[in-house]
Amino acid sequence: MNIIVCVKQIPDPASPGALDASTHALKREGKLILDESDAYGVEMALQLVATAGGGEVNIISMAPNGETSGMRTALAMGAAKGLLVSDPALAGSDALTTAKVLAASVTKLGGADLIITGTESSDGYTGTVPEQIAEVLGLPSVTFAKKVKVEGSVLKVDRQSESGYDEVECTLPAVISVTAGVVEPRYPSFKGIMDAKKKPLDVVTASDLAVTPAGWDAAGQKIVNVTQAEARKAGEVIEDDGEAFGKIVAFLENLKLI
Amino acid sequence: MTINNIWVFAQGTNGVATTGTLELLTKARSLSGKVTAFVGGDASGFAASLGEHGATKVYATGDLAGKLPGVALSAAMKVIIDGGDSPDVIMFPQNYEGRDTMARLSVKLNRTVLTNNIDLADSTDGVVATTPIFGGNILVATAFSGPGPHLVSFRPKSFVAESASGGAPEIVAVAVPELGAQGGARVVATHTEQTTGPKLDEAAIVVSGGRGLGEAANYSLIEDLAKLLKGAPGASRAIVDAGWVPYSYQVGQTGKVVKPSVYIAAGISGATQHMVGMKGSKSIIAINKDKEAPIFGIADLGIVGDVHKVLPKLIEALKSRS
Repeated sequence: MNIIVCVKQIPDPASPGALDASTHALKREGKLILDESDAYGVEMALQLVATAGGGEVNIISMAPNGETSGMRTALAMGAAKGLLVSDPALAGSDALTTAKVLAASVTKLGGADLIITGTESSDGYTGTVPEQIAEVLGLPSVTFAKKVKVEGSVLKVDRQSESGYDEVECTLPAVISVTAGVVEPRYPSFKGIMDAKKKPLDVVTASDLAVTPAGWDAAGQKIVNVTQAEARKAGEVIEDDGEAFGKIVAFLENLKLI
Repeated sequence: MTINNIWVFAQGTNGVATTGTLELLTKARSLSGKVTAFVGGDASGFAASLGEHGATKVYATGDLAGKLPGVALSAAMKVIIDGGDSPDVIMFPQNYEGRDTMARLSVKLNRTVLTNNIDLADSTDGVVATTPIFGGNILVATAFSGPGPHLVSFRPKSFVAESASGGAPEIVAVAVPELGAQGGARVVATHTEQTTGPKLDEAAIVVSGGRGLGEAANYSLIEDLAKLLKGAPGASRAIVDAGWVPYSYQVGQTGKVVKPSVYIAAGISGATQHMVGMKGSKSIIAINKDKEAPIFGIADLGIVGDVHKVLPKLIEALKSRS
């Protein structure tokens, strides 16, 4: 079974985000790491291929500045090869353009039985790219998969819902987005990390994929204002001396909630 | 006025329109006199309430027979748009089906999407959507700069639902066209988690627990307190990912948005993505043993203390009152 995992490489969430002063776009200059939500997708892919008894997991990503460190992490986990799309012309791309680029990358790799993504990135959280990729490729899709099994040529998914989950069956090939916690991602072994350095990782541009880049204006969006939101102020903060629970009771009484 | 015709992606559960749908309709009617609700399923049970909240027309596909809404509804919408009813704006809720439908439609129409918004305006810059970023500290206003239909999705509780005593809307049945390979997914069974008490995103009081509780067994303190206060129990992403409680308990960026009268955060440090889901609460009480925890920056009453000591005493005190 051959699986392609689309991953995003993002600024470390531990450091505060910042907007570029002129474009108001998220700054992506420093070190980029594998988005945690994608570690689940990579792990899911590796497990499905192992269960199927053979096949490959390939990694695709779109990132600025030829960034590959997040992809090397995925290769270190056990993926076979990577394809990076890096092109200054793609700066400021919206979700739709990103989806077209990733879909074209899937086609460039020759397609797959299954394409896996996270549900939304941890820095942009737009959450439409997985479904947009499926639409561009003309494939069925199941988003928010919390459990995934392949039985012959049928994909069986437990799909998260507002009230619990639905059991969904889907024909292959298909696109799925997986939730955090769908599987426990493995830590790359030392050997995995060393092997990853030698695994093939090609870099292409938008024109290599025959995709027309659409920066802000062409994409149809224009940021018109960035303002500070009204901050919520802190109230009283006290140390518990054993009696603080009483303050909570008084607070609730005051609001006539008890 | 650039917005003359708005569609609202509308949903119902058990024949009742969702609060989220009524919120979007209320906003839509403030922007345009021509508001159409688009329903994936049977709308007959709640068409009247859609009308009351501003819809003058309802497109309904009828029962989807297990097809996933995203692929079915986007296809049905494309047929209507190609047929000549092309709206200026389509408003979607930021939930599973809303976002999937919007995504597929964006490809079919080759239009950009703006997601995670809390407001929409028809201004001199055109149609402008506002989204909070960096934990809600910064607001970014983005205008659609190309032609419509403009596809835009909203976080829950961005608007307040208000009835307008509108009359019954015109109901038009729409067919879902042949989906081909894209229609290859089918729902074969539905599982609903049994919960007692008020729904998390509707409760007047929410008691939430986080990693500071120490271990899964201690979550019972949260459940007990929530029950005593007739509220709903909630959770941080950390303990949901750890498997202590189901995902439906999660409050935050990737969980539920709640705006209760009181939000009690116990053992929750206040990660940005959590605060985004609850900082709209009227009052916030936080209990955490770390006085530097970010949650204290937004709490009206902050207790720096051990949840294992504070919660049992609080529960005891509330029990002896009733």
